[in-house]
Amino acid sequence: MTALQLATNIPWWGSTGIKVGLGLAVVLAPAGLTVYLYLFKMVSFMQSRLGPMEAGPYGSMQLLAEVGKSLQKEDIIPAKADRNVFAMAPYIVLMSTFLMAVVIPFGPNALFTDLDTGVFFALAVSSISVIGILMAGWASASKYSLLGGLRAAGQLIAYELPMVLAVVGVVIQAGTLNLQQIVYAQIDGEIFGFGGLGLPFILTQIVGFGIFMIAVQAELTQVPFDMPIAESELVSGYMTEYSGFRFLMFFIGEFATAAIFAFLASVLFLGGWAVPPFVMDILGIDATSNWFNVLGPLVMASKMLLLTFVIYWVRFTFPRLREDQLQKFAWKVLIPISLVNIAITGTLKVAF
Amino acid sequence: MSARVLAQEMTNTEEWVASGVFYVIALVALVAAVRMVTTNNVVHAALDLLVVLASVAAVYILLGAEFAAATQLLVYVGAVMVLMLFGVMLTRAQIGAEEDLNHEQRWIGGLVAVVLFAVMAYSLVEAFEDDVLPADRAVQRTQEVSDAIFSTYIVPFEALSLLLLAALIGAVVVARRD
Repeated sequence: MTALQLATNIPWWGSTGIKVGLGLAVVLAPAGLTVYLYLFKMVSFMQSRLGPMEAGPYGSMQLLAEVGKSLQKEDIIPAKADRNVFAMAPYIVLMSTFLMAVVIPFGPNALFTDLDTGVFFALAVSSISVIGILMAGWASASKYSLLGGLRAAGQLIAYELPMVLAVVGVVIQAGTLNLQQIVYAQIDGEIFGFGGLGLPFILTQIVGFGIFMIAVQAELTQVPFDMPIAESELVSGYMTEYSGFRFLMFFIGEFATAAIFAFLASVLFLGGWAVPPFVMDILGIDATSNWFNVLGPLVMASKMLLLTFVIYWVRFTFPRLREDQLQKFAWKVLIPISLVNIAITGTLKVAF
Repeated sequence: MSARVLAQEMTNTEEWVASGVFYVIALVALVAAVRMVTTNNVVHAALDLLVVLASVAAVYILLGAEFAAATQLLVYVGAVMVLMLFGVMLTRAQIGAEEDLNHEQRWIGGLVAVVLFAVMAYSLVEAFEDDVLPADRAVQRTQEVSDAIFSTYIVPFEALSLLLLAALIGAVVVARRD
């Protein structure tokens, strides 16, 4: 505790600088890791091939090569495009990703800011990315882009609702919106009087977890919900006209957002940075121990890798839905189920 | 940690920074608002309005009203403006300047805006005069907000819910073709 408090006694601009650096790491490192592990390697093995093998040992430097390639490419802006809006759009998408990372706790003290509205704030800023996508789609002055942007906006609005409603179940159980308090609520929870495992909310909110992960898949516009960038219909949707660095930003934004949503899901449903209380007993540390500021990020990273594995597994396994099936699925299946889930959770919360 | 900082006594520097940030936000909002009514492109106008609404959220955060800020973002930036942009882009969304965007009643509109500004500015100055925000102002807890909504303001809250429900049903009725 004391060591970290010493570290936080530096002036506000100093700690802000450190947080900006760490924020970059929290967003970019998981994105790079998941792109290499899953997009390059896992999918290759699923398709009985090796994937990138040349750049670095076992192809591990492939991503850096790709980034270098993208940076060298010409930054093309279509002649009829709305230049300012076109140039700004990828920044808006990336901004929403960075803002989401702000509230996620990685340990008792290892967090950027302890907002009281925690998860509500995260879901609110996640919706900003829609604006960036609409801007990109419109400003490109291309039919494919505009269609892709409109599809994306309709999809993101439709799936934001079940996502928020799925989280409400967790919030009711924990009794708080604060992500740190949600973690503590899961540590202190008991399963029929047995506290050794804590109570990861996935056990009681399995329905909410399922809806949340489906909605995440749709928010990321990944297969089976990738109509906005459906390559056989719309070239590449709202990203069609982008090249070089701006395309790279959309690319990073997509995978970084997947990682951040996985972080969020592990805090909400899998117990966050904590390990089960019986492991804490074996290690001889408690939940506020300073060790968790080191252990917590590692625990979070492993949970994130587990959840992103599921996200990419689904991505490479399922066929694409149709546009009307997508909207029907959100409005007629997911939202009613999540409303019933809220009603049952609320009733049980009052009853017990 | 800014929430924690606000809850404690604010030091002089922090008070200065907070004031500076407020003026920057206010300037951004003002410029965006002026641009919104003077631009010749519908989508640009919508995007400028978005900047104004986001600036309001930033001011809420500066005041320690986290819940209001997050709600402002979720409702106005994430939903209302997205729907507006969606509608504009589906119907008329040409790139570049458009003609006849100016309505002939714009002078009356401007007059109403000036009168409204004068009335609000006068009443705000009259009501608060030299009041300054307390230096130890705490962050508004979400629990306090919800307690107030579901006890003191339960009747207006329910009335608003009914109004929204009525609007929802009305929209469905209007949109139905058969």
